Amino acid sequence: MYSPAAKAVAEKLGLQTGRANLEEFADTLLALAQANRNVLAVTSDSRGSGKLGPFGHALPKQIVEVGIAEQNLVGIAAGLGSCGKKVFAVSPACFLTARSLEQIKNDLCYSDHPVTLVGISAGVSYGALGTTHHSLHDFAVLRAINNITIVAPADNFEAREAVRVCAGHDKPVYLRFGKAPLYTLPAADTAPFTLGKARELRAGHDVAFLASGETVIHALLAATHLAETAGLQCRVVSVPFVKPLDHAAVLAAARECRAVITVEEHLVNGGLGEAVAGLIAQAGIATRFKIVALPDEYTVTGSQAEIFRHYGLTMEGLSATAQGLLDRN
Amino acid sequence: MPTDHELALKSLLYRRNLLRWIKHAGAGHTGGSLSCVDILNVLYNRILRVSPATFSDPRRDRYIQSKGHSVEALYVVLADRGFFPESDLATLCGYQSHYVGHPTRHVAGIEQNTGALGHGLPLAVGTALASKLDDAGFRAFTLVGDGELAEGSNWEAALAGAHYQLDNLTAIIDCNTLQITGRTRDVMNHEPLSEKWSAFGWAVRTVDGHDLAALTAALEQPLEAGKPSCIIARTTKGKGVSFMEDVGKWHHGVPSDAEHAKASAELDAAIAQLVGGAA
Ligand SMILES: Cc1ncc(C[n+]2csc(CCOP(=O)(O)OP(=O)(O)O)c2C)c(N)n1
Ligand SMILES: [Mg+2]
Repeated sequence: MYSPAAKAVAEKLGLQTGRANLEEFADTLLALAQANRNVLAVTSDSRGSGKLGPFGHALPKQIVEVGIAEQNLVGIAAGLGSCGKKVFAVSPACFLTARSLEQIKNDLCYSDHPVTLVGISAGVSYGALGTTHHSLHDFAVLRAINNITIVAPADNFEAREAVRVCAGHDKPVYLRFGKAPLYTLPAADTAPFTLGKARELRAGHDVAFLASGETVIHALLAATHLAETAGLQCRVVSVPFVKPLDHAAVLAAARECRAVITVEEHLVNGGLGEAVAGLIAQAGIATRFKIVALPDEYTVTGSQAEIFRHYGLTMEGLSATAQGLLDRN
Repeated sequence: MPTDHELALKSLLYRRNLLRWIKHAGAGHTGGSLSCVDILNVLYNRILRVSPATFSDPRRDRYIQSKGHSVEALYVVLADRGFFPESDLATLCGYQSHYVGHPTRHVAGIEQNTGALGHGLPLAVGTALASKLDDAGFRAFTLVGDGELAEGSNWEAALAGAHYQLDNLTAIIDCNTLQITGRTRDVMNHEPLSEKWSAFGWAVRTVDGHDLAALTAALEQPLEAGKPSCIIARTTKGKGVSFMEDVGKWHHGVPSDAEHAKASAELDAAIAQLVGGAA
């Protein structure tokens, strides 16, 4: 996933390698479910992919299997939720947010049930399996639906906290995870994880990187690299909540920094970038602005790391984008 | 038309080759590819009126692989039929390769992009219906996993296939009794399967999905005029490699070097025996 140069920067920052967010999720959910027998995991032949094997063994009565049937998954989850169950419906993000969209819109969001949809192996985590297995549309389609919170945690700390927030929130939530092991980001103690709030991981006034999910680390590495190589002080903000968006943090970045770059593992259409753009434009702020995401084209094939490199979602790619944006007249 | 003996040899070669490419790529759906090899062998070598030369003919027969994850089996069969050189598979799942882990129309010989389960049967219904509308006379076939049958779209399409009396439509169910989590009967039971399809208005036949002659007989002609055909193929996941047979973890397990050597040796021995037996 990381070039040798990026690894060196991570090492200099003293970042520890954590595990996959998915594993953090599974352990956190198990602990919650052990303490509360109303917490249920609902799966669609996705127990293994969701790392819920241990959950199934420990709490066989708190896991419901629906078979390979994602629409049924969401409908059943909504029904359980309507009867006081605290439901986590776990399925690959690509199927969960495409095939089941009407169930999400009507049975969950419109009817307002306390279900957390857990989209696993999101973005291009399943790189070489092709477009059927990519979820590059999920932010966009869910942003267009009222009454759902969208969360994409950036590291194990955010993942753990996000699961707790979901458990305590009686509303529909979409929680999005990848499956690659992640670095643990700084600022766990200084920037708390709160519903609807962004987290500043690094201060600066040159470029502001506003990033979501598993791209945040690349933005942090780029900011560090730009400080070392170009003397630039770039701000890095983790935006786990794509919806509701933290207006104050976005507008502060747009007002206080010379340029804004959004970064996400999503198509350029309808995701974090366009949400930020809409907010900035409507606040009457004119700034240099760039959305770094996957372009609206047939996605190149390869591993997640190869796809990230191809589209510049890396330390090197983001550094070049930042410099290009500042150089623009 | 290849003889039974030639066909049996092809199945062994397909198995050995698909394992080789999965090993080379370090990824693949091993168990389900091995379970459907004999079905694809019979389809492409005996049943389907399609070849590289006729692939743009609007009257060609259509095959749509609904259980797209078993693409490695399809790749080796298409390569053997001359759609592309088998050496292309050296790029399987690689950067910028068209040979991704599920079927796409970027690959010669592939009719539909699949990989999300529960799409093949509706596509095949539309395809068979087009044949009827144009009086074009071609047949449409689709291969569906048994776990995949939990997707409701299959049953919507089952209604439509019978409603439009699509006797040029054949659904083959790769009934290997396993899916990712375990036994299909434990995950989401769909038995009695034959009765379900009959009740939906389909002509049904259950066959041994590794018996090439039985598969040929079941697929040669539509089972019954005015009804779509459902072939319930009783298969073994991981078929042909002793330690993979009926073992769930091989769904997307990639063999280690030692396992790959053992599997290849078993298949090579079977090939040698078959070739020797004919001489
Ligand atoms: C809509 C959808 N949901 C989930 C998956 C993930 N998936 C891929 S293969 C598989 C199991 C398939 O089992 P089965 O249909 O029995 O196939 P086989 O045993 O022949 O491999 C699952 C759940 C998928 N590809 N598409
Ligand atoms: Mg199966």
